[in-house]
Formats: sequence, structure tokens, C-alpha cells
Amino acid sequence: MTIPVSYYLILSAIVFLTGVVGVLIRRNIIAILLSVELMLNATNINFVAFSQHLQDLGGQVFVFFALTVAAAEVAVGLAIIIALHRSKDTINVEQFNLLKW
Amino acid sequence: MAQLFFGYFAGVIAITSVLVVALRNPVYSALSLLIMFFHVAGLYVTLHAEFLAAVQIIVYAGAILVLYLFVVMLLNVKQDDRYHGQWRIAAFVCVPLLLELLVLLASGGAAQSGLLPAQTAADTADNTLAIGTTLFSTYLFPFEVASLILLVAMIGAIILAKRDFPERGEM
Repeated sequence: MTIPVSYYLILSAIVFLTGVVGVLIRRNIIAILLSVELMLNATNINFVAFSQHLQDLGGQVFVFFALTVAAAEVAVGLAIIIALHRSKDTINVEQFNLLKW
Repeated sequence: MAQLFFGYFAGVIAITSVLVVALRNPVYSALSLLIMFFHVAGLYVTLHAEFLAAVQIIVYAGAILVLYLFVVMLLNVKQDDRYHGQWRIAAFVCVPLLLELLVLLASGGAAQSGLLPAQTAADTADNTLAIGTTLFSTYLFPFEVASLILLVAMIGAIILAKRDFPERGEM
């Protein structure tokens, strides 16, 4: 008994929407990065589900690359957060308006 | 049986992903993200992607999340984080998407699109071997580019987080 691929799409849509809402409504910059991780995982679920559905390993290889990029993103993002916290003593995104017009 | 497993994993993934956004304390958010990563790995196992499940646990749960927790505890975040004034934009973006999802669900979620039917023939016994073969033949160049991305991220993180960065004008 196999699961139809649409179920996986619905699951990943829910997770992705949660991530979008998190990016838009949270003020804590760490919570925003966590929401980005949620979105990346939602796309990964899609990739793996279609890889199984179409019997093509390309999807799994792409998840591998997405994971690499996620690791790079976390390393650079957290370094930026530390630098921001050092300069402003806060991680509330509303305090960072230097580049805002 | 498969549906039971899928229901369990999907339910936990959905609930913990909502908790990641809803919880105020970043440590709790990170821990519920950890639970979500483990269940996504379980979902990968049910999808016959065992290698990715292992990598998911090692890289996401083992490395990325530990990094998050390090930073949360290093910065000693107080939980004064209230929601952003941008929630109207969030509603504007997400309510149409959610409606679209519900419409799709109502019009028969199992509507078979023009996708190929799942062939059960090529159920590879050795997932890791197959991924390795694909990665080092078809996707060799993207693999090298990924290593370059990691190198750039490593250098960038060191430079950004270094304390005695030479003064280059006040920020």
C-alpha cells in the first residue's frame, strides 16, 4: 500500500507555509533563520517524494546539494548574527534599519 | 501499515513546524526543530532514501542545530520577542496560498496528474551505492561546485565572526 505523492505535496506545502509565516512575523533573527530551515526541509520532502515516485535518483542528489547549501547558509548567517549582536547588542530585526530607506 | 507510518511522521512534522514558529523562546524553537528533523529522517526511510535519512540526522540534527543552540546560548537571548508588525503581509501572502491548497484538496487531492506511475521495479537494494554512482557520474560538476560553496562559507564565517577585524570605518 503506497502513499500517493499528493499527500507528500500537502505536507510539504503546510511546512513551507509555516516557514513563510515564521519569516514574516517573527522579530527574533534566530527564529527567522529557523523558519528558513523549515522551508528548506519542505522542499527536501518534495524532492525525495518525487524521487521515489518517478524512480529517479536525481531528486535525492538534489537534496544532498540543498543540504550543503543549508549548511553554508547557517554558517554565514550565524556569523552575521554574531557580528550584528556585537555591534548593536540586540537580535531584534526591527533594530537593524541601517540599510532601510 | 505504510499509511500509519506516514500519518505519524506527517502529523509530528506539521505540529513541530508550527511550534517552531509559535514558541517564543528560541531554545524551545530549536528543540522542536530538532524533533522535526528526526521525523523528516523517518519519512525519508519510508521513502527508501536511507542514505539521506542518515545524512539528515548527522548534518541537520548533529551539526546545524548544535550551531544554532550554540549561538542562542552565546547571545543569551531574552525572550522579549513579540511578533512583528508585518503580520498583515504574512496573512496577505499565506491566506491565498492556504486557500489554494484547500481548493486543491477539495477538488480531489488524489487527482492523478500527468506524472509517470510509480514503477516498483527499480527498488534499489543499495541506496548509498546508487546515490554515489549518480553523484560521481552525472552530477560530478555540481558536486565540485558544492565543495567550493562550502569553502567560501567557511572563509566567510571566519572573517565575519572574527573580533579584531581591521577597522574599516564605523558601521
